[in-house]
Amino acid sequence: MDKKRQYEVVFIVDPTVDDEVTKLTDNFKQVVLDQGGSVTKAESMGKRQLAYEILHKKEGTFVLMEIEGSGHEIAELERRMRVNDRILRYLTVRVDEDRRRADKLKGRRAAKAAKRTSHGAQGRRGAAPEFSADSSGE
Amino acid sequence: MSTNYEDRPRGGGYDADDDSDRRSMGGRGGGRRIHRRRVCRFCIDKVDLIDFKDVRLLLNYLPERGKILPRRISGNCATHQRMLAEAIKRARNIALLPYTTD
Repeated sequence: MDKKRQYEVVFIVDPTVDDEVTKLTDNFKQVVLDQGGSVTKAESMGKRQLAYEILHKKEGTFVLMEIEGSGHEIAELERRMRVNDRILRYLTVRVDEDRRRADKLKGRRAAKAAKRTSHGAQGRRGAAPEFSADSSGE
Repeated sequence: MSTNYEDRPRGGGYDADDDSDRRSMGGRGGGRRIHRRRVCRFCIDKVDLIDFKDVRLLLNYLPERGKILPRRISGNCATHQRMLAEAIKRARNIALLPYTTD
């Protein structure tokens, strides 16, 4: 199976250089593209309070990126983020497997529900006319 | 699926205000276990994925100290408790949730 992997990357940018967030995001996007991956989503979650201090900072701008690719672009992206001083922290999560599992469960549930309703309806609908036909024939 | 990152109120959590699934010990001596759920919120809501970015939801399972609320209190099923714990740990790593609070 040669399926593309999906990742969610969240990183926190130092809010004191807030005006550069879009530039930085575009920069990272380019890194991913150069490595052969694709960026399906890139959005800012806005500036928010950190739950604990990181490098004596109490606030940060959160950015979420969704990336599709082989995994090599993630390695490169993480290397870049480690080197960059303005990135307070990053977190990469592989999401395709969990999403596939969720879809499967959802599908199974839908199928079950459909089966149950069709079963009940057909059983009743099928039985009633037969019975009436029989009784009228006798 | 669109995710809203604002802290919005959500149902679920051990301190939600419905008395239906709360078992009071009754009497004066009891009261140690006021909240007790017998059913998994996530199973009822048919949740397949718990997103670590959904801070509002996760906070319901994080008492004052910032520890993960145990299953025996929240009543979550094993599968969902596992997903929840994983999500909370991820959120902690990225500073959306605290490791500890004092």
